[in-house]
Amino acid sequence: MPDHKPSLLTLFLSVFKISAFTFGGGYVIVPLMRKRFAQQLHWVSDEEMLDMIAIAQSAPGPIAVNTSIILGYKVLGLKGALVAVLGTALPPLVVLTLISLVYEAFITNKIVATFMEAMRAGVAAVIADVVWTMASGIARKKQPTPIILMALAFIAVYFFKAPIILVLLVCGLVGLSDAWLRGQRKEATP
Amino acid sequence: MSLLITLYLSFFQVGLFAFGGGLAALPLIRDQVVVIHPWLDMATFTDLVTIAEMTPGPIALNAATFVGTRVAGLPGAIIATLGCITPSLIIVLILARVYRAWKDKAAFQGVLGGLRPAAVALIASAGLSIALLALFGHSTRMSLSAIDWIAVACFILALFVLRKWKPSPILVMLGAGVLGTAAKLLLP
Repeated sequence: MPDHKPSLLTLFLSVFKISAFTFGGGYVIVPLMRKRFAQQLHWVSDEEMLDMIAIAQSAPGPIAVNTSIILGYKVLGLKGALVAVLGTALPPLVVLTLISLVYEAFITNKIVATFMEAMRAGVAAVIADVVWTMASGIARKKQPTPIILMALAFIAVYFFKAPIILVLLVCGLVGLSDAWLRGQRKEATP
Repeated sequence: MSLLITLYLSFFQVGLFAFGGGLAALPLIRDQVVVIHPWLDMATFTDLVTIAEMTPGPIALNAATFVGTRVAGLPGAIIATLGCITPSLIIVLILARVYRAWKDKAAFQGVLGGLRPAAVALIASAGLSIALLALFGHSTRMSLSAIDWIAVACFILALFVLRKWKPSPILVMLGAGVLGTAAKLLLP
């Protein structure tokens, strides 16, 4: 049962669980957070979650850490931000401390390696599912600018390995001027 | 003590300059722990990358813990992790306040309107890299003979289950791991 009132304990446990079970880095963790906090707990709207992900990506540092900070702050203030970042940082701290003690046995274990490799297909499916949902959400609004930006940003990052900060900067500026132009047009035709 | 301070400052820089997360942080981490400080040799660093990708959580935090433990035990792991998240805490909290204050301003909405599609594109790009790695393995050429058909079957099944029943993604990922491992070990 989803409970709708944000609490520090639920926040901590949710973030901890996501961080503990998510392989493949920040880009997998973020969609999971969106699923948990927007779609299951309803603490934030889908739109707000996407805003927060965009802001988290615009700041330096691990994306999962950034997203949990801004999400924690949004639902429960400074306390929420600290609890969320603690929940995100604890699982890697515990797991890696243990593994660095026995890492040679771990890295050469055939079953561990096969399992990690096999799980990648599941990770890829989870990301594909989320991209599908998010991209169709943007396409459904039927505005040309965001759709073109999405396609161009993808090509720039994937094929041309453009610096991410540059892509974000350009997209932010295009969004800003788009909003300004629409404002101008509204004034021109009252 | 001075070692802990150096650790903290090194990972503070990783946290401060790593834009785009995950793999983008790797060159910065290598600079700090292999080139600038003699904490790891290059072979151990390569192992670290493999381990960081194999274990849960953000790659930068995994690296911080691994290096911290090897350099100064558990205190080192904690200090390096703290160093890595301090810049995020400061910068993102400022951005969070800006978001709360300006959320309804037209200009800020315009910027967010541009950042949202970029965010989706970044996730899609990372997802495609992972998908190709999962479906073609480590072979550099994308040829039909290199396709890992078990991974393809797991991917399609997982995507179908996700779209149809919307289960917990954690279950789907673990399920794909169990199914794929069983198939690879049992099938000839």
